[in-house]
Amino acid sequence: MSDFQPQLTKRFETKDGHTLKVFLETGGYASLKNLFAKKPAEIIEEVKASGLKGRGGAGFPAGMKWSFVPQNTGKAVYLVVNADEGEPGTFTDRFSMLYDPHLLLEGIICASYAINCHTSYIYVRGEFVEQINRLNAAIEEAKKANYLGKNIQGSGFDLEVYVHRGAGAYICGEETGLLESLEGKKGQPRIKPPFPAIVGAFGCPTIVNNVKTLSSVPWIVENGAAAYAAIGTKESPGTHVFGLSGHVNQTGYWEMPFGLPMMEFIEKYGKGMKGGKLKAVIPGGSSCPVLTAQECADLTLSYESMRDHKTMFGTGCAIIMNEHTDMAKILKNLTHFYRDESCGQCTPCREGSAWEDRIMKKILSGEATTKELDLMLEIADNMEGKTICVFSSALAFPVRSFIKKFREDFEKYCKPASVAVLEKITAN
Amino acid sequence: MAVTFKKETVAEFETIAARYPVRRAALLPALWLAQKEFGWISTDAMVAVSKLVGCSPAQVLEVAEFYTMYQKKKPGKYHLQVCQTIACLLNGSEEIKKVIEQKLHLKPGETTPDGQFSYQPVECLAACHKAPCMQVNDDYHENLTPESTEKLIDDLRKK
Ligand SMILES: Cc1cc2nc3c(=O)[nH]c(=O)nc-3n(C[C@H](O)[C@H](O)[C@H](O)COP(=O)(O)O)c2cc1C
Ligand code: FES
Repeated sequence: MSDFQPQLTKRFETKDGHTLKVFLETGGYASLKNLFAKKPAEIIEEVKASGLKGRGGAGFPAGMKWSFVPQNTGKAVYLVVNADEGEPGTFTDRFSMLYDPHLLLEGIICASYAINCHTSYIYVRGEFVEQINRLNAAIEEAKKANYLGKNIQGSGFDLEVYVHRGAGAYICGEETGLLESLEGKKGQPRIKPPFPAIVGAFGCPTIVNNVKTLSSVPWIVENGAAAYAAIGTKESPGTHVFGLSGHVNQTGYWEMPFGLPMMEFIEKYGKGMKGGKLKAVIPGGSSCPVLTAQECADLTLSYESMRDHKTMFGTGCAIIMNEHTDMAKILKNLTHFYRDESCGQCTPCREGSAWEDRIMKKILSGEATTKELDLMLEIADNMEGKTICVFSSALAFPVRSFIKKFREDFEKYCKPASVAVLEKITAN
Repeated sequence: MAVTFKKETVAEFETIAARYPVRRAALLPALWLAQKEFGWISTDAMVAVSKLVGCSPAQVLEVAEFYTMYQKKKPGKYHLQVCQTIACLLNGSEEIKKVIEQKLHLKPGETTPDGQFSYQPVECLAACHKAPCMQVNDDYHENLTPESTEKLIDDLRKK
């Protein structure tokens, strides 16, 4: 496991690794030779065969998504890069853009060629000013050296790439909210179908991919699908940049193949727990169901292991909590987040998130009864799968998993339902 | 009072607008230009943006209201945005908020009378491994402690 070739972070520590000069000296844009020697359909097949899954959260196979783009509509095709990085606990795309922006551009060129796209937008969250400047500088350099623009490296393929700056709205990370935002509107997600691959940006077929999904592509084009599939596990091929935050001695991010046991990740990379024993892990961003320490015992960093533990791989950035963590306070933090960030168009989400947050407030103030915990679960059931996008479900998952797995943390704030009835009678 | 964009800004906007197949798509960039030029997004700025982009003032308002980074109120010279989301909470963001609230006598959304500091708790800034953190204007400040937060404010004051 230790002797693998870093693909995504190899220039992170290299001086001036973000410049075209150093990028080229360290093997950058080398995939283009293979790329242009093949037909677009062959590239899609290659990426399909590699097993590369989307790194933005849903884990959808990248090559398969690309194959959905219809090539007979007469319309333009767009590639939109999701660099909104807003999922609580997630913080690694920022470094890909800062330290290796040309790798992302190389991935954009590969994907664009495969889907026959000539205009690509990188949608970057508004806070990432440094990243936006780096990307713009990289685009300028790449254009001057004919890695972007017309007839790239004599291939006959044209591509323009533009940076689009977001302005502070978590929901714009959802791919159709992102497209609305790109079109200059409120970032309110669209009803699917049609999926963006058929009707996306400006009414045209569009692929939305995460930064690291695309940054993974050049290696595959250069070294082949089989070599990529040989890394990691069977269902989770390749490498990823995994993150740790919360109660570990060393927080940070590390690139490695999929499949490392979670406990080893915490011990070896996180240098062990800080402030107490392990209590809980949110494995890949706030919407992934939380896991108890016990459940983490045989968990590995892979899509399949997360699925087997009834949670999700998400973004691969884990939030670690020690034994002194009050899970009720943490859930209150999440209900607040979702209430604030709900785009407001679907009633179950808008009302449900606010309701869950009000109940959590009541619980923490000692005014609630245990009955209200059950009410929270009921509301969660009514939030899941009933809205235009999965934001609403993304709150239902933590509500349910927190209350079911750590009920005592909530009950300690609650009066038994019978006491509440008595209080009411005596007050009258 | 009506405001107008500088000539150079209009030229910059036209370059940006040409990147999209429809002009309306340049609304977010136009609001960024307005915020840079006028300091914040006043109603007058929204009217100027609507003329520039060629959409209605109501459409501009609706978009400006949706996105938290467009300042609908004049912010302080230093806009303190403290992350209050989960990883920062686990590492002491409550104390950082307290320092700011007590030292500057500010509640969320307020600005000091001298216009130096405004304060807004925000959601995950994607620097969770360096929690707690805060963004001051465009710059990130990470691994904050109550002491380093006090010092940061003192240093900004002296600037
Ligand atoms: C509420 C919500 C927020 C999301 N935020 C992000 C994000 O910040 N970055 C991202 O890449 N994907 C995010 N996604 C996932 C995208 O909708 C989409 O699945 C992804 O961009 C597809 O790219 P991929 O296939 O390369 O992963 C979010 C999804 C939802 C429902
Ligand atoms: S939780 Fe504060 S930066 Fe992510």
